[in-house]
Amino acid sequence: MLKLENISWSTPDGTPVLKDLNLEVPDGKSVVLTGPNGGGKTTLAKIIAGIYKQDNGKIYFDGRDITEVDITERAKMGISFAFQQPVRFKGITVQKLLELAAGKKLERDVTCDILSKVGLCAGEYVNREVNATLSGGEIKRIEIATVLARNSKLTVFDEPEAGIDLWSFTNLIHTFEEMRKSMDGTIIIISHQERILKIADEIAIVADGRIKMSGAADDMMKSLAENKSIIGRCSKQEALF
Amino acid sequence: MKEITKDLLREISEWNGEFKGAYNIREDGACVGRVSSKNIRIESKKDQPGLEIFIAANTKGETVSIPACVTHGDVDDLVYNDFYVGENADVVIVAGCGIHTETGEPARHNGIHRFILGKNSKVKYLEKHIGTGHGTGLKSIDPVTEAELDENSVLEMDTAQIGGVDRTLRKTAAKLGAGAKLLIRERILTEKDQTAKTEFCVELNGKDSGVDLISRSVARDNSHQGYHSVIIGNAPCTGHSECDAIISENGKVDAAPELHAHDTDAALIHEAAIGKIAGEQILKLRTLGMTEQEAEATIIDGFLS
Ligand SMILES: Nc1ncnc2c1ncn2[C@@H]1O[C@H](COP(=O)(O)OP(=O)(O)OP(=O)(O)O)[C@@H](O)[C@H]1O
Ligand SMILES: [Mg+2]
Repeated sequence: MLKLENISWSTPDGTPVLKDLNLEVPDGKSVVLTGPNGGGKTTLAKIIAGIYKQDNGKIYFDGRDITEVDITERAKMGISFAFQQPVRFKGITVQKLLELAAGKKLERDVTCDILSKVGLCAGEYVNREVNATLSGGEIKRIEIATVLARNSKLTVFDEPEAGIDLWSFTNLIHTFEEMRKSMDGTIIIISHQERILKIADEIAIVADGRIKMSGAADDMMKSLAENKSIIGRCSKQEALF
Repeated sequence: MKEITKDLLREISEWNGEFKGAYNIREDGACVGRVSSKNIRIESKKDQPGLEIFIAANTKGETVSIPACVTHGDVDDLVYNDFYVGENADVVIVAGCGIHTETGEPARHNGIHRFILGKNSKVKYLEKHIGTGHGTGLKSIDPVTEAELDENSVLEMDTAQIGGVDRTLRKTAAKLGAGAKLLIRERILTEKDQTAKTEFCVELNGKDSGVDLISRSVARDNSHQGYHSVIIGNAPCTGHSECDAIISENGKVDAAPELHAHDTDAALIHEAAIGKIAGEQILKLRTLGMTEQEAEATIIDGFLS
């Protein structure tokens, strides 16, 4: 289980972003975080991965207090994070990056398997460098593939749908559903997409640095449909419905 | 041949007890092994130290290796090697230099290579430079490369110097005829108090000639690197140069690209980027379970691969 207690975080110039936020994610569940732009979702994900250090609050993972545990150690404990904005590496091939992620050499059929989950054909990509020549959608899919390769206890996807074409999106949804069925791992997906909300066990709305509302996905979908104002100033509201 | 030479050969060339194809091994300024093949003739120069290498027209798929090793301090080796590549030949040339010292005396290798490429010939040139040993004497490698590319010939140069060499001045000059292509991929890593300077001058003289020059460098500790490229387009041609550098600790890099378009149909581009390793890159690799040091090493490894 992942548990965040009274987490707060301010920007370097002192603007509060996360305000006394509390969140519990039970094992084996898929939780979708949604909410307005700038509400604090990515910040929350970075706090979970250890990339940002909270000013206050506690984080527990698998029964252990990981508040002071660094990024590397959290990764080793089984926390994975697919970046909203993937990072590029000159000279590192897709194959190599997947191997770095998996922590071992990968046979061709394994790489192929992972890449096909994000709708990429291994033959065309394994030897490509993860550099600026990859398109936005390609790099995004490779980013997702790197966390799939890790097969972690907890995986956080930050807007996995962004920039991904419709066909690959369907594939991706399928992959998430598979993960949900087959893994005892936990997934947190940050998303603005209704189709992703629909595969969630639970939905939490992050707005203004807090969990504004959360609950079982069915109930949450209903409340959202009835009361669009829950999202408040969500500029991507149309994407939800 | 000395044991040190064998160690160096393993590092700088594909040597594993023997060479494939024609070769000449130079050790402390002397020849310690030479074999010519039916199509590739290696001869000593008459007037200067060095070799003349004749590659017959239409030679296909052969390799010629001409490594040079300096095994101790107080050596200043100067060598002139000329390569004559016949028309339509398609070969691999493996050069490379290793310097080893255990004393306080300096050691230097200065290899001056000339390549004369015949029409439609194709050469892949591989060059690896290393410095080894605990000697405090300065290890210097100062290669000079001059190439003349006749019509539609292709020269692909792949050079690497990954640490260990204290001083380097590399000069590469090329003149290209119609349809000729020059591809240069250079990688340099300097550390401690090392310095490396690299100078390129490429003249695109023939119609549709082209150069693609890619330099990747990493300057760590107190090391200092200089990059100066000059591309002159005297005809309808394409030129692209890219200088990418990572600096860490007190490393310094100076980059000065020059483009001269002397023909209205000369299309020349330069890209340069110098900076620290992007923090995001380190963070990403740490989320994959690497420590900060492992992440840095992985990024640099990839960058220089
Ligand atoms: N390192 C930082 N420095 C300054 N401000 C930051 C930093 N990181 C986040 N912020 C600010 O915190 C707020 C929340 O950002 P965050 O990226 O968490 O939003 P989000 O909910 O993920 O939005 P979106 O839906 O657009 O991705 C924003 O106002 C953002 O500008
Ligand atoms: Mg975000």
